[in-house]
Amino acid sequence: MLDFFLGHYAYWFVVILLCVGLYGILFKKNLVKKTIGLAIFQVSVVLYFVSIASKWDATVPVRDANIPVEQVANYLNPLPHTLMLTAIVVGVATLGVAFTLLMAIYNRYGTLDEQELLEEIQ
Amino acid sequence: MIESHLPALIALTFVLFAIMIPAFGLWRPSTSQPLAVLGSGIASVLSLYGFASYLQTGSIRYFFGGWEPPVGIEFVYDGLSGFFILVINTVAFFVFIHSRKIARTEYPGKEMPYFALAMLALLGFNGMILTGDLFNLYVFLEISSLASYALIAIGSRPAPYAAFRYLIIGTAGGTLYLLGVGFLYTITGTLNIIDMAAMLPNFAADTSVVAALILMVVGIGVKAALFPMHGWLPDSYTYASSSSTALIAPIGTKVAAYILFRIVFYLFGVELTDAVIPMTTIIGSLAAVGILYGSIMAIAQTEMKRMLAYSSVSQIGYIIMGLSLANPLGFAGALLHVLNHAVMKACLFLIAGSLRMKEGHSDISLFDDTYRKKYPWTMAWFSVAAISMVGLPPLAGFFSKWYLALGTIDNENWIFLAVILISSLLNAVYFFRILENVYMMNPKKDQKEAADAERNEVSFSMMFPTSVLAIALFVIGFANAAIVGILFDVFPM
Repeated sequence: MLDFFLGHYAYWFVVILLCVGLYGILFKKNLVKKTIGLAIFQVSVVLYFVSIASKWDATVPVRDANIPVEQVANYLNPLPHTLMLTAIVVGVATLGVAFTLLMAIYNRYGTLDEQELLEEIQ
Repeated sequence: MIESHLPALIALTFVLFAIMIPAFGLWRPSTSQPLAVLGSGIASVLSLYGFASYLQTGSIRYFFGGWEPPVGIEFVYDGLSGFFILVINTVAFFVFIHSRKIARTEYPGKEMPYFALAMLALLGFNGMILTGDLFNLYVFLEISSLASYALIAIGSRPAPYAAFRYLIIGTAGGTLYLLGVGFLYTITGTLNIIDMAAMLPNFAADTSVVAALILMVVGIGVKAALFPMHGWLPDSYTYASSSSTALIAPIGTKVAAYILFRIVFYLFGVELTDAVIPMTTIIGSLAAVGILYGSIMAIAQTEMKRMLAYSSVSQIGYIIMGLSLANPLGFAGALLHVLNHAVMKACLFLIAGSLRMKEGHSDISLFDDTYRKKYPWTMAWFSVAAISMVGLPPLAGFFSKWYLALGTIDNENWIFLAVILISSLLNAVYFFRILENVYMMNPKKDQKEAADAERNEVSFSMMFPTSVLAIALFVIGFANAAIVGILFDVFPM
C-alpha cells in the first residue's frame, strides 16, 4: 500500500495540484483568484505530461556514440515535453485573454467580486 | 493536383485572411468586412469542391511536410469532416455578409479586429474538424476558443463577464480533454487518431482508457453545451453582439459535437465506448434531459436572443442523442440536424440581429402587428425558420427529427422517442408565441395603428443572407433523401 503511494508520488502531487486548481475555480468568489485556480489547474496537467516522460539514467534524444540506438531505455522520449511547450504557450495566451476580460469587467462595474457582479447584472 | 492539397488549403485560406484583414484594415478599415466575406467564400467554394471530389474519389489524408503518421501530423478529409467543413464555412459566409451593417452600428471602428478574430475562430474550427491528431486538435480547440471568448466579449455591457465565465469553464474543459489525451498517450504511445483507434481494442480492460474517455467526453461536452455543462451558453449568446452570436451559435457547438462523433465512432468505436460503462446511454440521457430543459427554459424567456440560446441547448441535445443511438438512422438524423440547425439558427439569429438594429431591442413581448407591416419579408423568413424548428414538413427541420425518431424506434428506445415528440410541441409553444404576436396582436393604444406603420424593410446586405438561408430550408427539405443517402455511406460501421 505504501509503495503504491510512494511509487507514484509524482502523480499524487499532480492530483493534489489538480484538486487545488479545481477548488479555486469552483469556490473562490474573486475572479482573479478564479483565474489563478485555472492557471494551477492547467499547470497540473502540464506537470503530468512532463512527469510521464521523465526517466532515470537516460540522455537527450540525440544519438550518442557510446549508447547504441537499440537501447531505447537510455534515451528520453522528447514528445511529451515538446507538446507541453505548446500547452504552456496556450496557457499563457488564455491568461492574457482572461486578464484583458477582467480589466474590461473592472472598468465597467468597478468590482471583481462574483456576487456583486451578479447583483449588478440582474 | 488541387484535390490532394485541399485540406491544407481550406485551413490556410483563413490564416491568409487573418493576416490580410489587419494589413488592409490599417490602410482602410472598410475593407475588413468584404475581405472576411471573400475569405469565407473561397473556403466554402473549396469545401464544396472538396466534398464533390470526396464523393467521386474518396477520402484524402494530407501529410504535413510529407511526414507520414504517426510521426507527422495529418489532416483527414473524409465524409464526416468534409460534411462539417462544408456546413460551417457556408453558414459563416452568409453570416459575414449580414455583419456589414451590424459592424458599423454595434462596434464602430473595431471592424478590423473583429473580422480578424472571426477568421482566427474559423481557422480553429476548421482545424479541429480536419486534424487527425489528438494534440493538434487541442491546439486548434484553444485557438478557436480564445478567439470566441474575445468575440463574445464584444457586445453589450455584461458581455465581458459572460465571456469570462465561458473562458473559465471552457478552458477547464479543454484542460480535462488534454488530460484524457495524456492518459491515452501513455498507454498507446501515439497521438494519431487512426493509429490509436487500431491499438485501443488491445487495452479495452485498462482503467485509464475508461478514465480518458470520461475526461474527453466531459471536456468536449463543455464546449458542446451538453446538458449539465451548458451554463455558459445563454449569457454568452445573449450579451454578445448580434454578429458574434450569429457566427458562434450555429458553428461553435456543432464543431464540439463533431469531436464527440470522432471520439465515439472513430477513435474508440461504439463497442469500446460502452465496454465498461454504458457511455452512450449516459450521454444520450443527458442529451434527452437537455432537450426538455432547453425547450422549457426557452418558453420562459421574453428576450428573443436568450430564447434562441436556450433553444440551442435543446437542439444540440438532438444531435448528441442521434450520436448516442449509434445506428445508421440516428447517425444520419444527427448529421442532417447539424446541417438544418446550423441553417435555421443562423437564419433566426440573423433576424434577431436585424430587429435589434432596426428597433433597438428584440423583446418578444413588445412585438406586435406593426412588425408585419414594417418587415414583411424578414417576418416571412422568420416564420419559415420557426416552422422548420418546430418540424413541420416539407421544411428541413421535419426530416432530421423524422430520421432521429426512426433511429429511436430502431433501438426500441421509447423514452427518447417521447422526448423528441414532446420537445417538438414545446418548440411550437415558444415559436408560435412570436408568430402570434407578429401576425395577430394589435398594437397597444399609445402606439401607431398597424395601418399607419411604414414599410421599413432591412437593407439588402441583411435581407440577402436571411432569404438564402430560409430558402435553403425548403431545398434541404426536398433534397433530404439525397443528403441522407450520402450520410448513410459516411456511417463508419
